[in-house]
Amino acid sequence: MDVLLQQLLNGLILGSLYAMVALGYTMVYGILELINFAHGEIVMLGAMVAVSLLTLLVGAGVPVPLALFLALGAAVAVCMLTGILVERVAYRPLRNAPRLAPLITAIGVSIVLQNLAMIFWGRQYLSFPPVQEVQVYDWMGATVTNVQLIIVGVAALTMGGLLLLVNRTRLGRAMRATAQNREVAGLMGVDVNRVIAVTFAVGSALAAVAGLLIAAYYGIAHYNMGFTLGLKAFSAAVLGGIGNIPGALLGGLLLGVIESLGAGYIGDLTGGFLGSHYQDIFAFFVLILVLVFRPSGLLGERVGERA
Amino acid sequence: MSLLQVQGLAVHYGGIRAVKGIDLSVQEGEVVCLIGANGAGKTTSLRALAGLLPSAAGSIHYAGTDITALPVHQRARLGLALVPEGRGVFPRLTVEENLRMGAYWRNDRPGIATDLERVYELFPRLRERHAQRGGTLSGGEQQMLSLARALMSRPRLLLLDEPSMGLAPLAVRKIFDTIRLIAEQGMTLLLVEQNARLALETSHRGYVLEGGRIVHRDTAAALLASPKVREAYLGA
Repeated sequence: MDVLLQQLLNGLILGSLYAMVALGYTMVYGILELINFAHGEIVMLGAMVAVSLLTLLVGAGVPVPLALFLALGAAVAVCMLTGILVERVAYRPLRNAPRLAPLITAIGVSIVLQNLAMIFWGRQYLSFPPVQEVQVYDWMGATVTNVQLIIVGVAALTMGGLLLLVNRTRLGRAMRATAQNREVAGLMGVDVNRVIAVTFAVGSALAAVAGLLIAAYYGIAHYNMGFTLGLKAFSAAVLGGIGNIPGALLGGLLLGVIESLGAGYIGDLTGGFLGSHYQDIFAFFVLILVLVFRPSGLLGERVGERA
Repeated sequence: MSLLQVQGLAVHYGGIRAVKGIDLSVQEGEVVCLIGANGAGKTTSLRALAGLLPSAAGSIHYAGTDITALPVHQRARLGLALVPEGRGVFPRLTVEENLRMGAYWRNDRPGIATDLERVYELFPRLRERHAQRGGTLSGGEQQMLSLARALMSRPRLLLLDEPSMGLAPLAVRKIFDTIRLIAEQGMTLLLVEQNARLALETSHRGYVLEGGRIVHRDTAAALLASPKVREAYLGA
C-alpha cells in the first residue's frame, strides 16, 4: 500500500512537469498543426539559463528568493525570445509548405539548439545549487519533500494562469479562433501572425518555468536533457489528444503516474529481469498503444466536430 | 465618391487566371450583386476584395484609400467585412464567443454590449443558443451566426459570399429577409449569389461575370428584364 501511494505521489509530481511541457506541444499543434520538436530544447534552455544564473547569483551572495526570481525571469525571457525567433525564422517561411517540411525543420532546430547549448555550457552536468533545505514529510506511509510540494504548487499556478489566459481573455479567444479557422480569424481583424508568435512565446514561457522546476526536481541540468523529456511530453500530449489543452494536462499527469507505477513494479513484473532504470519505456509504450487504438487521444475532438 | 472602387482587378487562383481584370464600384447605401455561373470568378473576386487572395493586377480603393496591398486583418479593421462561403463559424467557440470575435478589434465595451443585444433581437434563435458551440448549430443557424458576427464589427461594407448555399428553402427565405432588412437600415452590401433571381430581386444593381470578365452591368430591374440574362441565368 505504501509503495503504491508513494509511486502515485511521485507520478503526480513528475506528471505535473510533463503536463507543463505537453501544453507547449499542444498549443502549437492546435494553431499550426505542427509538432514543434524543438520544444524540448526550449525546456532545456530554460533549465540551463536558470541553473547557471542561480549558481552565479547565490555564489555572489544574492539572497535566495531574489536570485530565484531573477533566474526564473531570465529563463522566461530567453525562452520566449528563442521561441519567437524559431517561429519567425524556421516555421513561418514554411507555413504553406507540405507538412513534412516544417516537421523536418523542427527536428533540425532541435539539433541546432542542443549543439549551441553544448558549445555554450559544455558537456558537464550543471547541478542545481542547494538553495532550500530539504524537509521530508511522512504521509500515510509515503514521503514527500517541501521542494516537491513547491514544484507542484508552482506548476499548478502556472497552468491555472494559462487556462485563464486561453479561456477568459480576448487574446485567448483570438488564439482559439485562430486555431479553429485561421482564415476567418483574419477576417475578424485578428493579426494571425502576431497571435501565432504570441502562442510560441506563451508556450516557451511555460517551458522556461518547467525547465527550472525539472532542474530542481532532478537536481541537475544538462544540454541533452530536452530530448527524452520532449519525446515524453509529446507522448503525454498525444495521450490526452494533441491540440487539446485539458488533454495535455490529463495526459501529462497520467503519463507521470504510469511511468512512476511502472518503475515501481517493473522489477516484480519481470521477476527482477528489468529494473526501474527502464522506466522510460513506459512513455513510449503508451504512445504506441494510443496511436494504434485511439489516435485522437483521450480527450481528442471527434472529427465530426471540426465543421 | 464610391465606397468601393475596383479597377482592372485580376486574381490568380490555383495557377488559373480566375479573374481577368474587372472594374466595379459600390456606392454608400447601395446593394450590388455579382452573378454568374459556377467558376465565373465570383467568389475569387470577393475573396480578393477582403484580402484573402492577393491581387495580380489592378487596384482596390475603399473609402478613399488604396487597400490593394493591405493584409486581411487591416481591411477588416477598416470596416470591410466578409461573410465567407461555407459560413466559417468557429466550431468549438460558443455562439456568444463567435459573436464577440466579430467585435475583436473594437475597444468600446458599451458599444459591443449594445450591438450584441441588437443582433440577438435580430436573430432570437442565436440568443436561445448563445452558450452552445458554433459547430452544433444547423446550417441555417450557422449562416445567421456568420452574418450576425459580421454585423458585430459595425461594418461599412458587407461582402456576402453565397449566403443561400446548402440551405433549405425556408432557411434561404429567412436569411434573405434579414439581408433585405439590413439593407433597408442603410447597410452597403456586395452580394455574390448562385441564385441569380434571388440576388437581383434583393439588389439595386448587378454585374454578370463570365469566365473571369464582367459581361453585363446594369440596374437589377434591367438585368431581370434582359432576354440574354433571363435565358442564361434565370432559367426562362
